[in-house]
Amino acid sequence: MTELTLAAFAAERDVHVIRAPHGRAFATFARRFDEAGYLARLRAGGVRWLARSHDDFPPLLRAIHDPPAGLFVRGAGEVELLRRPAVAVVGARSCSAYGAQVARMLGRELAAAGLVVVSGLARGVDGDAHRGALESGGSTVAVLGCGIDRDYPATHAELAARIRATGLTVSEYAPAVEPAPWRFPARNRIIAGLAAATVVVEARERSGALITADLALEEGREVFAVPGEIMSALSSGTNDLLRLGATPLTGSADVLELFGVEQRSAEKVELGPAANAVLARLRDSPASADELARATGLDAGALASALTELELAGVAAASEGVFRAG
Amino acid sequence: MLARTVTHALVGLEARRVEVEAHLQRGVPGFSIVGLADRACQEAKERVRSGIASAELEWPVRRITVNLAPAGLRKEGSGFDLPIALSILAASGQLPRDRLADHAAVGELGLDGRLRPVGGVLALAEAARQAGLSRILCAARSAPEAALAGIDPVPVRHLAEAAAYLRGEGEPEPYVEGNGHRSEPPTLDLADVRGQERARRALEIAAAGGHNLLLAGPPGTGKTMLARRLLGILPRLTPAEALEVTRIHSVAGLLAADRPLVTSRPLRSPHYSSSVAAIVGGGPGPKPGEVSLAHRGVLVLDEFAEFQRSALEALRQPLEDGLVSIARAGGRAVFPARFQLVAAMNLCPCGARGDPAAECSCSPQRLAAFRDKLSRALLDRFDLVVAMPRPRAAELAAAAAEPSEPVRARVAAARERIEAGRPKWSKEATELLDRAVERLPLSGRGRARARRVAETIAALAAEPGVGATHLAEALAYRSPTELGTA
Repeated sequence: MTELTLAAFAAERDVHVIRAPHGRAFATFARRFDEAGYLARLRAGGVRWLARSHDDFPPLLRAIHDPPAGLFVRGAGEVELLRRPAVAVVGARSCSAYGAQVARMLGRELAAAGLVVVSGLARGVDGDAHRGALESGGSTVAVLGCGIDRDYPATHAELAARIRATGLTVSEYAPAVEPAPWRFPARNRIIAGLAAATVVVEARERSGALITADLALEEGREVFAVPGEIMSALSSGTNDLLRLGATPLTGSADVLELFGVEQRSAEKVELGPAANAVLARLRDSPASADELARATGLDAGALASALTELELAGVAAASEGVFRAG
Repeated sequence: MLARTVTHALVGLEARRVEVEAHLQRGVPGFSIVGLADRACQEAKERVRSGIASAELEWPVRRITVNLAPAGLRKEGSGFDLPIALSILAASGQLPRDRLADHAAVGELGLDGRLRPVGGVLALAEAARQAGLSRILCAARSAPEAALAGIDPVPVRHLAEAAAYLRGEGEPEPYVEGNGHRSEPPTLDLADVRGQERARRALEIAAAGGHNLLLAGPPGTGKTMLARRLLGILPRLTPAEALEVTRIHSVAGLLAADRPLVTSRPLRSPHYSSSVAAIVGGGPGPKPGEVSLAHRGVLVLDEFAEFQRSALEALRQPLEDGLVSIARAGGRAVFPARFQLVAAMNLCPCGARGDPAAECSCSPQRLAAFRDKLSRALLDRFDLVVAMPRPRAAELAAAAAEPSEPVRARVAAARERIEAGRPKWSKEATELLDRAVERLPLSGRGRARARRVAETIAALAAEPGVGATHLAEALAYRSPTELGTA
């Protein structure tokens, strides 16, 4: 019996198993299972199989109390990527503009510093964490809650393809397994398990991201929470985490410090005087274009030029009419 | 006993010559109309019969056949009433036939014989002039409109008056406009809009370059107010443009009697429940839609994302080509539709996005469906996109903003410079554009758009060439990612 038999059995019976069950059903299945043929079909589909007992299996993931039988792996990245120091960036699917921007910034800066950004390919925070990592040309890994050949959600099919171009998508589920609500908490344990630290960017109460944080805590991993407005329901989950003792995240440096890596100094960009004045104001707090115009005394046209300069330099970003530094 | 009157039928904006022939025969008295007449046209029978009786003229007790030639062309509407009545009267010897021959006629009859105006008189009068006819008989209220075509109108209030004129018994009184008071439609002034400097600036650029503008933000930020004020900063219509606009409005029957010539640019703002045919035009005998009624003016689409997807996609042809071509079984009509589009929308279905005081309650699925509706191809038609967050109290309390008049002057000056020729691009600007294409999600069309807007901005700044700051500003108004499907 091999772990692959187990994974194939789980897929066929639509159950979650990580250890060989006692019983005739499994015994019969194992006897008839054509492992070589199955592996060939996987290879033809561009999927690799990384069994739990294989030397390349990520040791951090093997250390959790219910590690998967193995991982199906897809993408151009090396399997070795899964053994590199990794940070999980997770959060709400319907996140705010603030959450999306923090996720993107973390993805970008953590990946630029050489860490692997792990997330779940979901809408919202997950997607932005992946995009940020891709922007900086770093490595990112998406853990799926469905069969390895599926792209869920469908709107992120293109993102998944971009992730696979340099990084990996992984899943404990064999091809053809449909996404189901109960698989996502199980998927979250893999996200938490692959990463030495988990950052929760934005989460409502009882959010899936909190499950990831709990699992990370259970395994003794570091958990960061991004502080949010106390009036916002989207921050109630993260603020609860902080109250319970999670480390507040005030910048990517907090995470990098844990790994003992230096923040790669940003490319020095020459900014004009107007752009510098706008950036100085934005460092205080996010602001709309009109507020910036009043604070800096620039007219609307000159301000728009300055903002584009900042955006092109990657030191400010706009969302829904509000500009933020970072 | 045959008589003939010339009138015209509208196919889109084009008027085709129609001869109304009336033939009286002995036999069982009766009245029939042939020649592809629609329902309104068939009902002319009753109006003409009562009208002639009310005018104290004689209804011939004969078998009457009226033919609308050419028989292959569909005729619609009530404008044939007058020519039918005149033909019958001439055929029965009550009017001189030769005098009728060099007149065109159009108008709807009331049961009391009074003449009512119909739509499209300007186009009909133009066609009559081109056909070499000397005068056109029309309802008194349509006379000023017909006069615009350069033909001498005979303003007729009643069928009896028309008969008297044709018999040579006197000229009808000229039409005097109401009380002589011409009401200028109120123009809305930009001074009413507090704050929103960025959006105002974008509006000015849109006006100068004729760019389409999309304003996105939560409710109550002044999107609609700004959109409606674009009209006040556009240059006035040239006489040729005014005639073009009048022709379309005449066909749609929208002209006010006291203002036959449309002198100000039209502003149309159809509701989001409007059908495709209402927006681009249509119907069995194609009628101009909102895009054509907004020709040379502004089309404001409020709640842009709530419009039917098919209606939005139908906007693409007029936005690209400046005209709408509608093919129907009965023929093909082409309407001009060179309008400027200003659209306003919320950032999400519930409207709370972009408002720091409210929380968006939209599910991801609903949000995705909302964004899916705005296809990339459609968003690509907007040269300028501005997200308008909710202004703070301080901005609303700010001193009164700049009124429309100085903005209009700047726009007019910029337009002159744009017409003078395309500006040169500085090396810095070209380099910046290359860098932007690399770093920003900018499509090929987006790049061309940024170039156009940058040239407008340079013209507004009264500078001969496009500099890097002009391009940088243009890039600031590109379509933001949050409106896409990403």
